[in-house]
Amino acid sequence: MADVRIYVPGDAAAVSVGADTVAKRIQQEVARQKIDIQIIRNGSRGMFWLEPLVEVETPEGRVAYGPITENDVAGLFDAKFWSGGDHPLFHGPTEEIPYFAKQERLTFARCGVIDPLSLDDYEANGGLIGLRRALKMSPAAIVDDVTQSGLRGRGGAGFPTGIKWKTALNTPGDEKYICCNADEGDSGTFADRMLMEGDPFSLIEGMIIAGRAVGAEIGYIYLRSEYPHAIDVMRSAIDVCKATGLLGDSVDGSGDAFHVYVRVGAGAYICGEESSMLESLEGKRGQVKVKPPIPAISGLFGKPTIVNNVLSLATVPVILAEGADHYKDFGMGRSRGTQPFQLAGDIARGGLVEKAFGITLRELVEEFGGGTHSGKPIRAVQAGGPLGAYIPQTEFDVAMDYEALADAGAMLGHGGIVVFNDTVDMARQARFAMEFCEIESCGKCTPCRIGAVRGKETLDKIIAGEDRTENLAILEDLCDLMVDGSLCAMGGLTPMPVRSAVKYFPEDFGG
Amino acid sequence: MVVILNNLDDEPIHRICGEHGRRPDELIEILHTVQKEHGYLTDAALRTIAEALNISRAEIHGVVSFYHDFYRAQPARHILKICRAEACQAVGSDDLAAYAERKFATTMGDKGAGGQIGIEAVYCLGNCALGPAMLIDGKLHGRVTPERLDILAETDLSSGEARNG
Ligand SMILES: Cc1cc2nc3c(=O)[nH]c(=O)nc-3n(C[C@H](O)[C@H](O)[C@H](O)COP(=O)(O)O)c2cc1C
Ligand code: SF4
Ligand code: FES
Repeated sequence: MADVRIYVPGDAAAVSVGADTVAKRIQQEVARQKIDIQIIRNGSRGMFWLEPLVEVETPEGRVAYGPITENDVAGLFDAKFWSGGDHPLFHGPTEEIPYFAKQERLTFARCGVIDPLSLDDYEANGGLIGLRRALKMSPAAIVDDVTQSGLRGRGGAGFPTGIKWKTALNTPGDEKYICCNADEGDSGTFADRMLMEGDPFSLIEGMIIAGRAVGAEIGYIYLRSEYPHAIDVMRSAIDVCKATGLLGDSVDGSGDAFHVYVRVGAGAYICGEESSMLESLEGKRGQVKVKPPIPAISGLFGKPTIVNNVLSLATVPVILAEGADHYKDFGMGRSRGTQPFQLAGDIARGGLVEKAFGITLRELVEEFGGGTHSGKPIRAVQAGGPLGAYIPQTEFDVAMDYEALADAGAMLGHGGIVVFNDTVDMARQARFAMEFCEIESCGKCTPCRIGAVRGKETLDKIIAGEDRTENLAILEDLCDLMVDGSLCAMGGLTPMPVRSAVKYFPEDFGG
Repeated sequence: MVVILNNLDDEPIHRICGEHGRRPDELIEILHTVQKEHGYLTDAALRTIAEALNISRAEIHGVVSFYHDFYRAQPARHILKICRAEACQAVGSDDLAAYAERKFATTMGDKGAGGQIGIEAVYCLGNCALGPAMLIDGKLHGRVTPERLDILAETDLSSGEARNG
């Protein structure tokens, strides 16, 4: 065992700004100076503006340095950072950095803390307690716990997870499936990716518990191809679980079988919609299907299937470990527990903030986010991904929970918050919403497929200053048509960003 | 069965299909693997896959054309995928894309046009707090300003290595 443990994130975002090079430089220096140091490639703590964030384990706990470039490495050694020495980029104890200290980390409790592929680390930090408890419970009792916790789907629709599980449990089937939705296509979101790269075992543990709860022995993780890093980590984590008997014919010696497979998407936003995802998992075009039947009754290959987002599934272990009430005590109203919010776009302190529901948008953007990265004033925020509303500063006091946001004509979605500065042209953003729908529509319904094209053309005219009043009326009609006549939320919600842009920023539409 | 019809190139494709148990539900995985090994999906390859999985060629074409990831013609040696989604737009990805098009004298989205450098649009790479984000031959980069793209072009694009993403 090495004397000192140093953490350099292997998270894709950290690597995107040089973490691999920093790790390599540290390794070289360690070899040259013959210091007894072990380098661990952890996940990210989610403070991306500090990445690459190098941490050192000291007797007083972990301390942080960042953002570290390869040019800073020599200086770190001069400062004897391996013993927590002072340095201009020193931030003190990692968990006392205000951004981190103010969070309530349940789903992300281990992310960035542990070596993602060390099952020992995982167990030493609270992993597998939930599963071992679940293995002694009846399926109905597990479903009950999940229902009691108030957990709602984190993929966007916010459907109560326990109720979905109950349907699948009560539907007879010779085979059932657990399908994890890791398609995370929403702009401004990266929580699924971060979790899969930083704490992959929690997702696997959640899937095994789900399998036990509904009687499924096979799980698929539908993982988007845009996440090559996460694909590698998830596959390696599955291999570790197979080797240790956590996955296989007898999960942890219980006699229950559970197998997990990764399936890679192929670049289609619509495949995040659950019926489209299931079609894709069957090797077909990702065309959306009419519901009912719902997947919990007839899903993959026509069998009862649970489709849950990465975060929904990865939150199940902590609910089972700490109890439904513990989880439920966070949050407000019908939004219980915590939500991993993701701060993105032009923001000074971008990253992941896990907080109980009810925090305001202003607190997130201003207190956590620290305003814009560019230093320009904030003009708008888009919450909830490409189908979410644009929100002006005047509305920032809205509480971040499912109901409050819906009342404000917005939505939480997967928890993404994208900040735009005052140079943004909201008419162009509205146009992009239509264009994105045109590109990503599955093509099944006319209002979505053709409406998006017409919407884009109409916005082009508005931008060009052609008959604005008339064209805004046409746009409004088109939005109505898309809302009323679309089978899924792709066509049905594209009007949300468009209408909110027109409503709150009429000056950009010549109003 | 007339053996002469069998193209020599069929062999590796049959092997890949075999590795996936010739299961039609693994079609997308098979297409990914074939594309990875052969660069793009030729008519002959699709025919062979259809045969191996016992599905119609129309079905396979339907699938291939549905997804953005698949190439039906030789892609460029190096591929730049620039994120065009909102969080990256908010920090200047449109300017970056325009700069890249000028710098490499190519148009975004000319998929499968061959050549040295191809630029494509992607919608979110999960690096939205460190945009503008892009993939260069499958490798993720963050905070890519035009200046940083110049440096990356020197380090990542000057070698003759074939693309791997
Ligand atoms: C256009 C569209 C895209 C979606 N994309 C995703 C996605 O990327 N990830 C996800 O978990 N859910 C996505 N959903 C929601 C899924 O249909 C489904 O509600 C969800 O996966 C269920 O899991 P949950 O209950 O755990 O949230 C999308 C829905 C629509 C209409
Ligand atoms: S609304 Fe659009 S994406 Fe959804 S089913 Fe209809 S055509 Fe497909
Ligand atoms: S929006 Fe560009 S990486 Fe997410």
